[in-house]
Amino acid sequence: MTETTRKTGVSRRTLLKGTAGLAGLAAGSGAITGFPYVKSAETKVLRYLGTAVNEGDDISKQCLKDIGIKIEYITATTDDVTKRVMTQPNSFDVLDTEYFSLKKIVPSGNILALDARKIKEFDNITPVFTKGETPGGKKIGGQGTAPWKVLYLEGKDSKKFATSATEFVTLIPTVYNADTLGIRPDLIKRPISSWSELLNPDFKGKASILNIPSIGIMDAAMVVEASGKYKYADKGNMTKEEIDLTMKVMTEAKKAGQFRAFWKDFNESVNLMASGETVIQSMWSPAVTKVRSMGIACTFQPLKEGYRSWASGFCVSKGVSGAKLEWAYEFVNWFLSGYAGAYLNRQGYYSAVLSTAKAHMEPYEWAYWMEGKPAEKDIKAPDGSLLEKAGAVRDGGSYEDRMGGVACWNAVMDENDYMVRKWNEFIAA
Amino acid sequence: MDMSEEVLQQASPGLIPGSGTARAVKPTRLSPSLISWLQAGPMMLVFLAFFLIPLVFVVIVSFWDYNEYQLLPAFSGRGYTDTFEGCIAQLPELCTIGKTYLKTLKLCFLVWASTLFIGFWVAYFLAFHVRSKTWQMGLSLLCTIPFWTSNVIRMIAWIPLLGRNGLVNSGLVKTGLINHPIEWLLFSEFSVVLALVHLFTFFMVVPIFNSMVRIDKSLIEAAYDAGATGFQTLVNVIIPLAKPGIVIGSIFVITIVMGDFITIGVMGGQQIAAAGKIIETRVNALQFPAAAANAVILLVITFLIISMMSRIVDIKKEL
Repeated sequence: MTETTRKTGVSRRTLLKGTAGLAGLAAGSGAITGFPYVKSAETKVLRYLGTAVNEGDDISKQCLKDIGIKIEYITATTDDVTKRVMTQPNSFDVLDTEYFSLKKIVPSGNILALDARKIKEFDNITPVFTKGETPGGKKIGGQGTAPWKVLYLEGKDSKKFATSATEFVTLIPTVYNADTLGIRPDLIKRPISSWSELLNPDFKGKASILNIPSIGIMDAAMVVEASGKYKYADKGNMTKEEIDLTMKVMTEAKKAGQFRAFWKDFNESVNLMASGETVIQSMWSPAVTKVRSMGIACTFQPLKEGYRSWASGFCVSKGVSGAKLEWAYEFVNWFLSGYAGAYLNRQGYYSAVLSTAKAHMEPYEWAYWMEGKPAEKDIKAPDGSLLEKAGAVRDGGSYEDRMGGVACWNAVMDENDYMVRKWNEFIAA
Repeated sequence: MDMSEEVLQQASPGLIPGSGTARAVKPTRLSPSLISWLQAGPMMLVFLAFFLIPLVFVVIVSFWDYNEYQLLPAFSGRGYTDTFEGCIAQLPELCTIGKTYLKTLKLCFLVWASTLFIGFWVAYFLAFHVRSKTWQMGLSLLCTIPFWTSNVIRMIAWIPLLGRNGLVNSGLVKTGLINHPIEWLLFSEFSVVLALVHLFTFFMVVPIFNSMVRIDKSLIEAAYDAGATGFQTLVNVIIPLAKPGIVIGSIFVITIVMGDFITIGVMGGQQIAAAGKIIETRVNALQFPAAAANAVILLVITFLIISMMSRIVDIKKEL
């Protein structure tokens, strides 16, 4: 009888659908947590939310090979990562984010601080994070949201940053760098040594800054200070008057046609520079490398006023517990154990634990990237493509010189709301 | 069983319970009005769930307060007062929101006028000069070419064309027409309008073409026989009859351009203010109530423009 067959077919399907839906619902709501673990033989999976900086395929492959944890990347822009932590804290397990966003994320209570005692290499983390100085003892500029100001919490569930070391770490550091202006030496044809050059009328219509307000205004502040117009108490935490002053300088420059375009995305910055639309702009180290690998001269120019630095690290979502939390620790420990650090160093970033990364790099690579020495052999990117020919020296020199020259850190200001309004006014001007 | 059910039965058997299986049982009767509700129902539900309810939330949130990291569900007009900050104090100079909307409206007008002009003639060509249906179809498909690549790729592709060292500039310099590259070809209002026109002319072509093919050819012959010139036929016969298409196309283009921030951002080098961009900046700074307030303002203004246009042509009547 056809009808009966059809009926059973439908009901079986409905049943299956219903069960699957329920299971999905349960999994999604986290109701399964604490359920006896039947599936222990299955792959361990961690959902990893972050910007593209650390998210190399090679890293996730190596991680699966070494410790059997499968990393599922969720890639978003800096702003979107923060947005996601606020609005969908259950949509990720491990979070890779920048220290400056902690001022927003920590009070929201959506992340879990990690226990320093469970991080094997914690004591070997570079003093840049813990003390605010380089391994060689150079003091690092602390304006803005410097990592050592927000590294520790007062207690496990505290929303307050501790002033001295505790075991509750907001973000286990992973990667950081010192940013400056990228220039096209072939088109500028003269030495550049100060941030003030960004607004030099010589480069009218050929300059650019980052279109992320909180970072763009820091670059602007470097320019204002370099040109001797004003000295900030803290560039990363301006008063309303200071914001007005900074935006006024920028608005005048914009009206005079100083800027060609603002960029937001890695590739945009590469395109602007490579096509010659801009000859001087705020930039990221790997973007400069990318332009250079296209055969176009581009320098990540060290400037006398110093670098604007940024740093990111790992924490986990508040919803993570039990076995998954253990995997997260396992993963973070693996990340600091050398392979990933070497991978990041080879891209021109810096790794948090220097000793383990060094063990995973060739001596000539270490000498080029970290010690500022001329390359003994050709320098290759992690994917094997040629970055620099033998004899080249890294822009800005050694780790000590570059990190020691940091003047300020990416920041979220107390007057952030006002600043964002002023930024919109600046765009409309 | 009345006519409407009969038709429905043929079109989709099984919609009326019991129809296919048991002849003996008399099918339950559905009133015509219920049928219309059923037909409109799915779209209505989609509209309700994904447009009206979210919209209500946006309006509610726009009256909330906020801090650095969360929404504070207490009534506050801060999203609006902040937005209109300085609008009275700075007079006669325009405040941020005033400048932004002025710029957005200007871009919107330029794009609308350009797409209307180009779209009208493309549609005219397709409707009256291309005789075969196949060619009409083929040529209108050609208009969709700009949509074959992703938005971002398409916009990046403008740099090698319009850039300082791009094709157009180097061509002009080589022919000796100009000495220095023209800067305003890219990252300017010109490039924004160009990119938007390039993208959205299609939305103008389709509805106008649709109106034009439905014009009774004998009307045009009658006009010709009555001694009207080509221009008179255009103004007195074709344009009035193509009006619904023109209005629908205009609504498409205006609503899209009013809310656009991606194209304006990329082509304007992020230096041109747009209503959508204000919302984006606010959302990125996690200031959701302020973003919602700006969204409500944008909605109201766009709605005003649309209702003004539907005053000119009663679309319901014309369709």
